[in-house]
Amino acid sequence: MESVGLVPVLCVSVVLFVTGVAGVLTRKNALIVFMSVELMLNAVNLSFVAFARQNGEADGMIYAVFVMAVAAAEAAVGLAMVILLFRNRVTVKLDDLDIMKG
Amino acid sequence: MFEAVLFYLFSLVAMVSGVGVVTMRNPIASALSLVVCFFFLAADYVLMDAHFVAVIQILVYAGAIMVLFVFVIMLLNLRDGDHLTFNDIGRRSVVGMGTAGLLAIGLFTAIGQLPVLVPAAIDLDPAGPAYGTIAYIGTAMFEGKFLLPFETVSALLTVAVVGAVVLAKKEI
Repeated sequence: MESVGLVPVLCVSVVLFVTGVAGVLTRKNALIVFMSVELMLNAVNLSFVAFARQNGEADGMIYAVFVMAVAAAEAAVGLAMVILLFRNRVTVKLDDLDIMKG
Repeated sequence: MFEAVLFYLFSLVAMVSGVGVVTMRNPIASALSLVVCFFFLAADYVLMDAHFVAVIQILVYAGAIMVLFVFVIMLLNLRDGDHLTFNDIGRRSVVGMGTAGLLAIGLFTAIGQLPVLVPAAIDLDPAGPAYGTIAYIGTAMFEGKFLLPFETVSALLTVAVVGAVVLAKKEI
């Protein structure tokens, strides 16, 4: 990667992150919103790895591994919540889940 | 040069499939698009000499997490999802795209400032042969300052497993 440098990697990371943000804000399906969050986490991982490569240290890669562990935990709990919601309300459309609206 | 071509190719596929995650109508197609994105991100990690992270990306993300997603989608039998409608653009789409666009402008501006803030940001040192291997990361993790966070993550995963069982099970 000596021939690419840091900036293009960060640009790819920004594109992926913004795509995930757009997905979270525009989609109604709870599962696709979850997948967009995973996309955002991966964008952050990409910039972690790029900075680790640039500094020649392991810290960024270790952060990336931790982010993956947290993402696995989040996916397990989040999908359990989606199943629970579907069992109670028979929908995963986020617009229909407004019982906590004041 | 060859590495650069590969990097741009892999990144292009990753970005296109990332956009596919957001725009696909069918949740299964969205999930498979996300798997493609993860695989090509793993290829990018290999190009950046982060071999261990690349393997973990495929095993944990493309393997475990996405299997869980696909399993739940098929379990709930979600056939027709909503999708981004380009002909009748709702208020939600306008607000969401506007926010994402503003965020993109801000982040690209920040990247533009980066070479000023970090003078050596363009130069990448050639990595040693051990960089990115399991031994390298394991040594840095367990002999460095990451021992306590590592143990905390194991506690977090245990809590997540118990929480998922408690949430999803009808009666315990």
